[in-house]
Amino acid sequence: MKRVLVFLLVCLAAPAAAQTGLPPAPYADRQLDDPQQEAAARDLMEELRCLKCQSQSIADSNAPMAGDMRSQVRERIAAGETPEEVRSWLIERYGNWVSYDPPISSAVTWPLWIAPIILLLAALWLARGRFRKYRGEQ
Amino acid sequence: MNRWLLWLPLALFGLLFATFATGLILPKDNIIESKMVGKPMPDFALPAAIEQRPGLSSADLAKGKPTLLNIFASWCLPCIAEAPQLLALQQAGVEINAIASRDTPEDIANFLNRWGNPYARIGTDTTSKVQLELGSSGVPETFVIDGNGIIVHQHIGDIRQEDVDMLLKLLEDAE
Repeated sequence: MKRVLVFLLVCLAAPAAAQTGLPPAPYADRQLDDPQQEAAARDLMEELRCLKCQSQSIADSNAPMAGDMRSQVRERIAAGETPEEVRSWLIERYGNWVSYDPPISSAVTWPLWIAPIILLLAALWLARGRFRKYRGEQ
Repeated sequence: MNRWLLWLPLALFGLLFATFATGLILPKDNIIESKMVGKPMPDFALPAAIEQRPGLSSADLAKGKPTLLNIFASWCLPCIAEAPQLLALQQAGVEINAIASRDTPEDIANFLNRWGNPYARIGTDTTSKVQLELGSSGVPETFVIDGNGIIVHQHIGDIRQEDVDMLLKLLEDAE
């Protein structure tokens, strides 16, 4: 009984702070029928940045614009575009900023990729020095 | 071990400290500029948002005269703040076209009745499709477009009093 009541309540609930009176875009919250395409779309959505709430991916965000972006991603993938084509379509409009998987191409992005490797190498080198020292003391 | 290596942790700490301090001190810049500036208007055709004005297509924006394209919504507060400036621009003879973002015909009509209608054409973009094509990330935004349909400038946020002259100058230069 309680469960049914809760379920009914959930059905009645309206989004409290909706910015617009319009329903979301067709594929904002609806999965594609083809599970493979849906999986590809889903993976891409995790790697695209929401324009409104900039620390979230569009998969995570409830902003209406993120919903519109999800719908675009799904529609484009359903129409046969590859995830990388959809990503570059967005990068063309918003810059590398919009992707959570930035390319190594530009001077701004290569330190992102190289810095962890440099830190790891430095750590190894430091550790090596320490081990040597201890061995010397024994 | 080398003497100077002793200072390495302190130097690293200083570097980290400086990084975080600048992050805290500098004002947060959330503005994402469109990469479409300098490029032709993407192809689109949007249906009319209200009965009194025709819809908007990319062909309407390449008719030989520079125009403004304003993206607005009835649910957007800064759009109210920029309404007087848009009216002033229209009175100065500028053709302003609009894209209504995620909005209903009734709400748009109410908004325009209340705050004035400076627009020649208004297309309704209910799923932000054209907004995404334009590389626009919110409302209000205003694009300056030259007579050949090339995007010359993107103004992000509401148009303030002091922006009007700048926009008029850009429109003049785009002639």
